[in-house]
Amino acid sequence: MLDVRGLRKVYSAGNREVEAIKDLTFTVDAGQLVCLVGPSGCGKTTLLRCIAGLLAPTGGQVLVEGRPVAGPPPGMAVVFQEYGRSLFPWMSVRDNVELPLKQKKVPRDRRRQLVADAIGAVGLAGTEGAYPWQLSGGMQQRVAIARAVAYEPSILLMDEPFAAVDAQTRADLEDLVRALWQRLRMTILFVTHDIDEAVYLGQRVIMLSSSPTVVQAELSVDLPAVRDQLHTRADPRFTALRTRVYEQIQAARRGTAAGLSDRIDERLGADSE
Amino acid sequence: MKRLALALGLPVVLFVVWFVASYGSESFYVPPLRRILGAFADTWTLERLRTDVLPSLGRLAVGYALAATLGIAVGVAIGAYPRLRAAAEPVLEFFRAIPPPVLVPVIMLFAGIGNGMKVIVIAVGCVWPVLLNTVEGIRAVDGVLSDTARAYGITGVARLRHLLLRGASPQIAAGLRQALSIAIILMVISEMFAASNGLGFAIVQFQRSFAIPEMWSGIILLGLLGFTLSMLFRFVERRALGWYNGLREAQRKGS
Amino acid sequence: MKWLGAAGLAGLVAVVEVIPRVGLVSADYLPPSSRIFAALGDEATDREFWQAVGGTLIGWAVGLVIAVVAGVVLGILIGAVPLLRAATASTVEFLRPIPSVALIPLAVLLFGTDLGSTLLLVVYASFWQVLIQVLYGVADVDPVADETARSFRFTATARIRYVLWPTALPYVFTGIRLAASVALVLAVTAELVIGSPGLGALIGVAQSSGAVPTMYALIVVTGLLGVAINLAARTVERRALAWHQSVRGEVPA
Repeated sequence: MLDVRGLRKVYSAGNREVEAIKDLTFTVDAGQLVCLVGPSGCGKTTLLRCIAGLLAPTGGQVLVEGRPVAGPPPGMAVVFQEYGRSLFPWMSVRDNVELPLKQKKVPRDRRRQLVADAIGAVGLAGTEGAYPWQLSGGMQQRVAIARAVAYEPSILLMDEPFAAVDAQTRADLEDLVRALWQRLRMTILFVTHDIDEAVYLGQRVIMLSSSPTVVQAELSVDLPAVRDQLHTRADPRFTALRTRVYEQIQAARRGTAAGLSDRIDERLGADSE
Repeated sequence: MKRLALALGLPVVLFVVWFVASYGSESFYVPPLRRILGAFADTWTLERLRTDVLPSLGRLAVGYALAATLGIAVGVAIGAYPRLRAAAEPVLEFFRAIPPPVLVPVIMLFAGIGNGMKVIVIAVGCVWPVLLNTVEGIRAVDGVLSDTARAYGITGVARLRHLLLRGASPQIAAGLRQALSIAIILMVISEMFAASNGLGFAIVQFQRSFAIPEMWSGIILLGLLGFTLSMLFRFVERRALGWYNGLREAQRKGS
Repeated sequence: MKWLGAAGLAGLVAVVEVIPRVGLVSADYLPPSSRIFAALGDEATDREFWQAVGGTLIGWAVGLVIAVVAGVVLGILIGAVPLLRAATASTVEFLRPIPSVALIPLAVLLFGTDLGSTLLLVVYASFWQVLIQVLYGVADVDPVADETARSFRFTATARIRYVLWPTALPYVFTGIRLAASVALVLAVTAELVIGSPGLGALIGVAQSSGAVPTMYALIVVTGLLGVAINLAARTVERRALAWHQSVRGEVPA
């Protein structure tokens, strides 16, 4: 579904050149929920924008459903961190969710259906006529998610969507994402700086090094498919996994050589005690 | 009820004071208010309103509409291209700084002294705030919103309509408001210079023939006109930008 | 990208040079840039020109000062007393949009072609710009700060000095900047229409005597004056408020 090969991005600021991303290579299969974690400033957002076709990479390629990305590809929806700035303030909730569908030339009845379903699915039924600034932060982000879901994308990108939301709302939204993913069988690439969130949500966790960024390590999350905030996070397996990720991130922040060009697929078995 | 009293209180008091203070006035230039009011009723008959005020308003409307259309269209075009904007900005700021009435003699060279001249004067004089504010408004459209629109494939005309114009509308409205004030000024000035009808023309005629109460009545009418147009504008603006007012309220309370 | 702006201006000069020469527009209506600049040079050596510049600047400056002082004093007075504010709101809203040019006939009667005519128009128009901004500034006072001052039993004067004034100051500067532009426009307008001493009067003379390049040259001067005033106002505003923590957006007048 998503194929990132040798992605490279260099910024020129004045006469200096900054290599934000050096060489990123990974794949995401259809229907997977993969989380991307990395230390601050490792170019997670740059990567996401390259994948979304909003930013042209300096080198390498991004392939979505086998086709190279040269601009925002159809069938891809993005949820940004700054929900307040990504919703159109002059449109109601319903109009916001409906707009991309109008662009896609979806016939009116189907559109209405999709919009109603999506708004209901994120738990905002009844707020269709409200304006974004009348809603709380968590609700605004739900609207953004509803808009992405209604679009029926084959792949959903989420760029630290819950970073600006309070902890309890974040927990609800995490569960919402998993529920939607399981129901709709979308492919999701979820970028976050929150290690716990990455392990809680993902089937796989890809860890990025610090800048110039490469894939530091990868992890398969072998937690049960049914997860909940209370029990899963208390699971010793969860703790072991997050420790592993944490160690990698710390190593990445220190810039150690360990795992810089390896792709270690770790299966925790004998290791866990 | 209290609000009504407060709103009307001072104006009524001032009116009464003016009336009473000038009651027995012998001054030639400041006649008693009662005479002015009498002159008002006598002068501004329906007939007169039709032959003088209507043409003025008509020219104002056409000139303003021209300026608004041109200003927004060109403003969008310039605002969308950063390089073009950088090149054009000093030139536009220079034209904006020229006191608009000064253009009347220039435009009279090209367009004579007819209706066309007045419309052109109004249009050329008040296009600058619209243009510059549109450029600024387009430039300041939120980057995240712009990316979101791109990501969802909202391009071309849809992007112009849903993202650029609506996003810039508060700035554009501010420009239109400034343009309205300038338009009214130019409407009057162009008529004072060269006209055969119009409100400005009538007032100047009264002044030249020393028909003082009539002159005052004309000034009052002009004031009423300015006030009415301003209220009208505010009303339309509040309806169209309801979302913006709500947004600012929410931001102010939150911060 | 800085040079792009200069390039734009150069382009304008070039266009104005070419159009009349090529014959697109008659040179009687639009002289080529070179002729306009020549006329400008002539004016610069003419004492009458500099007197006119002085006349305009005096009308502008005196009118602006009066308007600013009146606007600030009245603005603070009205703004600080809620009852006054509510009572005067409708009057302000009514008087504010009255076009200052409506006063031209009155000015002519009262002051003829003296400086007084200019001042009447300049003060009337500029005053509202300052007043409105000051009212907004006073309204922006943080109620918590005000209540804190009250609880420490600050006198009214002390509250004005320590709470109200610092909050209103950025708005005062915005008002001054807007008023400065408006003052120039009205000063030149008064001179043009009424004939009081200044650049506007010179433009009128140039027009009636058919000295077209001179007329354009004088117009260019008024434009440059306007740009200079605007830049100066912005610089003063920036310097004076450099210490101010918040960047307040301009409240639309």
